[in-house]
Amino acid sequence: MAVKSIMIVGVGGQGTLLTSRILGGLAMQGGYEVKLSEVHGMAQRGGSVVTFVRYGEKVAEPIVEEGQADVIIAFERLEALRYAHFLKKDGALIVNDWRIDPMPVVIGTAQYPEHILEDLAKEHKVYKVDATEEARKLGNPRVFNMIVLGIAAQHMDFSKEEWYQVIEHTVPPKTIEINKKAFDIGYTLK
Amino acid sequence: MAEKVIMLGNEAIARGAYEAGVKVSAAYPGTPSTEVSENLVQYKDSLYCEWAPNEKVATEVAIGASISGVRAMAAMKHVGLNVASDPLYTVSYMGVNGGLVLVVADDPGLYSSQNEQDTRMVARAACVPVLEPSDSQEAKDYMKLAFTLSEQFDRPFILRTTTRLAHSQGMVELCDREEPEIKPYVKNIQKTVMMPGMAKERHKEIEKRNLELAEAADTMPVNTVEMNDTKIGVITSGIPYQYVKEALPKASVLKLGMVNPLPEKLIREFASKVETLYIIEELNPVIEEQVKSWGIPAIGKEIFTIQGEYSANMIRKAILHEELNLMAPAEVPNRPPILCPGCPHRSVYYVLKKLKLHAAGDIGCYTLGAVAPLSVVDTCICMGASISSLHGMEKARGKEYIKDWVAVIGDSTFLHTGVNSLMNMVYNQATGTVMILDNSTTGMTGHQDHAATGNTLQGDPTWAIDIPGLCRAMGIKNVIEVNAFDIARLEQVVKEEVAKDEISVIITKTPCVLLDKSKKPLYRAISEKCKKCGMCMKPGCPAMTRNADGTIHIDDTMCTGCGLCENLCKFNAIEMVKAGDR
Repeated sequence: MAVKSIMIVGVGGQGTLLTSRILGGLAMQGGYEVKLSEVHGMAQRGGSVVTFVRYGEKVAEPIVEEGQADVIIAFERLEALRYAHFLKKDGALIVNDWRIDPMPVVIGTAQYPEHILEDLAKEHKVYKVDATEEARKLGNPRVFNMIVLGIAAQHMDFSKEEWYQVIEHTVPPKTIEINKKAFDIGYTLK
Repeated sequence: MAEKVIMLGNEAIARGAYEAGVKVSAAYPGTPSTEVSENLVQYKDSLYCEWAPNEKVATEVAIGASISGVRAMAAMKHVGLNVASDPLYTVSYMGVNGGLVLVVADDPGLYSSQNEQDTRMVARAACVPVLEPSDSQEAKDYMKLAFTLSEQFDRPFILRTTTRLAHSQGMVELCDREEPEIKPYVKNIQKTVMMPGMAKERHKEIEKRNLELAEAADTMPVNTVEMNDTKIGVITSGIPYQYVKEALPKASVLKLGMVNPLPEKLIREFASKVETLYIIEELNPVIEEQVKSWGIPAIGKEIFTIQGEYSANMIRKAILHEELNLMAPAEVPNRPPILCPGCPHRSVYYVLKKLKLHAAGDIGCYTLGAVAPLSVVDTCICMGASISSLHGMEKARGKEYIKDWVAVIGDSTFLHTGVNSLMNMVYNQATGTVMILDNSTTGMTGHQDHAATGNTLQGDPTWAIDIPGLCRAMGIKNVIEVNAFDIARLEQVVKEEVAKDEISVIITKTPCVLLDKSKKPLYRAISEKCKKCGMCMKPGCPAMTRNADGTIHIDDTMCTGCGLCENLCKFNAIEMVKAGDR
């Protein structure tokens, strides 16, 4: 199998790290070599955050290069736009239809771009979901990332049971059920 | 087969230290090295590990442990090595008893640092050997090797990593812990008392050891040659090796696991077998300049940058001249890091901005007060420099000049080196105002304990150094504690203290919002009452945005109920909708 390259992008504090670790655990469980690259420290404080996951028979570099991502999972619209050029031709872009204004927008020195999803859909295969709203309905807006991950799972090579197993291992015990429910919503979304 | 797990580079380093039988470890947190100690603590039944107030202290603790005969280590980021360079240069002369390893993490690309210095340059100057792993497995293996070589050659070793390695995860095969015998301590002042007479002899000795090590490097298994097509030959090490493997799978590669000293014979042999020799190393041309000094033609920084991280695409372009046909990135607003919603620093900076004060800044989350809309912090140099640079300004321009300045420093940074700077102010009759933004933790690096938190790295309760008491003990009369969110009182205190012709310390003791696990209140904006004046937006809280009509929206997933906006609104247009524990 050729190496699969996945990116998770979002805003510091949205749970990109946890999501990449779930993906990493999954690929390892599947018997692949896995490398992940994370962001810690200053950049985590509300900044733009990107993590990389690569798996396959043999993986050298831990980063995903421009033009080489099979899947990008974006937890926020502007971040989807920021990193979309990393996608390979026919790569899948999964976007949480959610807006968090960066500070230059908040203080009025920059504009938040309009029509991001429409523009991205002209060039890429875009799958969007208002995951934050869906998660709110489940009772915890923070599990939105599991809904987005559920959609991403439709584009990857692992069974639902394998996903469940790794979710059980990675999230805090008290939140296993709600995380699995959230995952299901994404996994069954057409 | 041995158990395989997925590990962060820093986690693998900690595992390597454990397996190598390390007995003592000390560190000061610093991205990207922090997780070494955070992971080491899981082995506390087999070893001792601590947070030290700074890297110099940490290194000296490790040196002491080594002298006493056990394997010991210290971990730090690249700029931490500057603080520790005093003991480093001299322990290089002394050598070791138990193996001694410093883990030093560089930050090409400046993800979380104030400069992009290259640890290998420091190591060369100090004549200290350096191993550099290229993935998590090697991080663990090289850590163990560093201890073996340290004892074999009587040298302290540096294990050099970079952000990309430290914060990448890869597969690691676990082994059992070795328990090396504790070496007897034999008094030998020729080796452990570095007075001129002894040091002169030791200098000769370490130059000799360095040559022996360089010779051994020619056949060391961590320096490996992968002969393929001989048109392109590459000398590389660390993470760039992985980029080379992606970009140039057919090239011949000499991968250096030990980057100081270099294996001259091995390099000459390799160079003679390839048509064009490239040297691919991030940051400074450390390998390149040495290789070229031996008269070996090579290409390096002529086509590669001295700044930032490399990538396989960069190598494809520079060496293969491939047209990569990449899409241009979209033009989008930046999303710089910001103070969290509910951060007590925001409240302090709001007051300083209102009073039109400049702040001599320091290293920590509160450095973020430099950017809009707060724009209060004017300087950020290194740990502790806020206090001493304010002092320098006063001595240069007089006490009136600094009446519109304060120094701002965090609690952990104050204990790191700020305390020395404050002593200097007291001693040399300064009149400036120092603000210690005490959030009861080492914040930016992810909440580590320190000497004033009351807990050790190993989780034991301990004496918490009393920061106000410490300042008073130095002889400072004006030591005032204020809650960061009490903006009326804070404003009054700052005004009074800055005006005085005496040194003052204002301590805003309010815990980091991320540490406060109590149930938080929630606020909402009432659009009917909102006069759109923008007062509440001044501190730049990320939970607050303007609606299209100019009224305010508070994001309920981000608001942590600090109440700063409610406090600022003169029209009662912000109300609490849910009470918290406070």
